[in-house]
Amino acid sequence: MATAPAGTLYRGREGMWSWVAHRVTGMLIFVFLLVHVLDTALVRVSPEAYNAVIGAYKNPIMGIAEAGLVAAIVFHAFNGIRVVLVDFWSKGTRHQRTMLWIVVGLTVVLMAGFLPRHLGHVFGGL
Amino acid sequence: MTTIDAPRSPRMTRSTRRTTRGSFEMAAWLFMRISGVVLVVLVFGHLFVNLVAGEGISGINFGFVAGKWADIRWQIWDLLMLWLGMIHGANGMRTIINDYAEKDRSRLVLKALLLTAFTLTVVLGTLVIFTFDPCPAGSPAELLPSFCTA
Repeated sequence: MATAPAGTLYRGREGMWSWVAHRVTGMLIFVFLLVHVLDTALVRVSPEAYNAVIGAYKNPIMGIAEAGLVAAIVFHAFNGIRVVLVDFWSKGTRHQRTMLWIVVGLTVVLMAGFLPRHLGHVFGGL
Repeated sequence: MTTIDAPRSPRMTRSTRRTTRGSFEMAAWLFMRISGVVLVVLVFGHLFVNLVAGEGISGINFGFVAGKWADIRWQIWDLLMLWLGMIHGANGMRTIINDYAEKDRSRLVLKALLLTAFTLTVVLGTLVIFTFDPCPAGSPAELLPSFCTA
């Protein structure tokens, strides 16, 4: 018998989409973390090996991907604090939707500060 | 399978509640919240120092890493970030596997892969932090932090 995925159906709207976004950003960050430990481990091979691989992170395409990764981390961090507040603050569930828009707003503000600085480093002399 | 009480069923009391005390899932749930808050501080600090301050990503090279890890406080910072991040991330992946992998066999295979990746990454990362040599013999001086030649 065909079955719907158990326990993953939700009620739509902001609550469900923030939960989906939390999962997607979480998986992305985890996969990057595995790669990031490997690239950093090259410091044990030789300075040349580390510098060569880290050089790949400095090209423009990777630089833009890093900006996306940072955005994912910032959203996941702020939304995680929202989850903690929903769970532990007595008024958390009542304000969950408002808090999501605060999360989105803070993410946009922080990225607006980060992007010019980071892209300036990546593209140089901007 | 989880059973959900019918609407308007009597409120659960101390004696009718199916206890969750001492359960692994309760500990995992609490760990995600506590480690999450700590990780916000650790990761934001990491991103600021490596990507925003100074020359940002263009300043990252062997000498930069060696300069940071010359200070035991950055070693502790990175070690804590590695362990908390890996446990937090692996537990999140475990939750996702439990939600979407329906066959017992696929769950087992995916969790075995996850445990392998977790163990290898944590062991490798920990060894790198503790066995790191900022001034490896025979390397050109211009690639090393300035204190190697001092």
